[in-house]
Amino acid sequence: MENEVVVLIDTMGPYQALLREYLPIVIFLGLAIALGIVLVLSAVVLAVKNPDPEKVSAYECGFNAFDDARMKFDVRFYLVAILFIIFDLEVAFLFPWAVAFPHLSEVAFWSMMGFLGVLTIGFAYEWKKGALDWE
Amino acid sequence: MAAVIFFYLFALLSIVGGLGTVLGRNPVHSVLWLILSFISAAGLFVLAGAEFVAMLLVIVYVGAVAVLFLFVVMMLDVDFSALRAETSRLLPVGLLIGLVILLQLGIAFGDWHAAPTAPELARAPVPDATLIQNTAAIGQILYDEYFLAFQMAGLVLLVAMIGAIVLTLRHRQDVKRQNVMLQMSRDPKKAMAVIDVKPGQGLG
Repeated sequence: MENEVVVLIDTMGPYQALLREYLPIVIFLGLAIALGIVLVLSAVVLAVKNPDPEKVSAYECGFNAFDDARMKFDVRFYLVAILFIIFDLEVAFLFPWAVAFPHLSEVAFWSMMGFLGVLTIGFAYEWKKGALDWE
Repeated sequence: MAAVIFFYLFALLSIVGGLGTVLGRNPVHSVLWLILSFISAAGLFVLAGAEFVAMLLVIVYVGAVAVLFLFVVMMLDVDFSALRAETSRLLPVGLLIGLVILLQLGIAFGDWHAAPTAPELARAPVPDATLIQNTAAIGQILYDEYFLAFQMAGLVLLVAMIGAIVLTLRHRQDVKRQNVMLQMSRDPKKAMAVIDVKPGQGLG
């Protein structure tokens, strides 16, 4: 196990320059996490805590909460989300194609056209079915 | 050295996220732990030099799949306290299923052979990161060398699209829908008439 990790990290040699480009992201991430922790902890440390049952109860426009927050909602929200994922994936496949476009072979170009054609059939189907309409 | 530290950090975080997902009492919290797990996996991919896959993991899994999981969790409308109360009753069955899966895994790993070509495949020539970007390297082989797999991915997406529509789309009959073509093709000449009403006669 230890050896495998070492091998993995050895093969990272060519990626050292690449990883260095991620330094700003790491700094940003560190700052975001630190700031989040500081804000939460400062509330714990500094805030006056004097709870009573009325103060800590759920408050909804002056009424007591009627019901559980978790309730059934329309399945068509799910349909919209899943259609979004499918087109999200389609775009994800387009990225490398677009980046490598100057070096693409004829086959690669038409392979993407076929892929887009298949998904356009699906798009036409869902448009025709009215899946994109909201009532 | 920094890469080693980050490797262990992300590995640890993804395990913690996985444990939190399984052990979390509130399913919504479980989904949030799952997102932590996805993000640390993306970090591991970056460390391995697979930038594009890492970003895809963030976009597709964190941005979309986790949202779907949240939808499902919210939509289930399960009373989780009642569910937990039943846990003790269902525990023997669960343990039995777990045991069966464990045995199956044992059989699978007991008979595990690496293919003779595996070491070469694991060292498959990855283009030099200083010469070509990760995304461009993928783009140059994905669309012709893996033509069939790529087209099949498109078909899988098509099936998912049609399946989702067939399973969930219900048109409510009691709602008036807008028909844009009908509205635009409406002819004022047919829709209204000017009637000259004589005084004192009305429209009779």
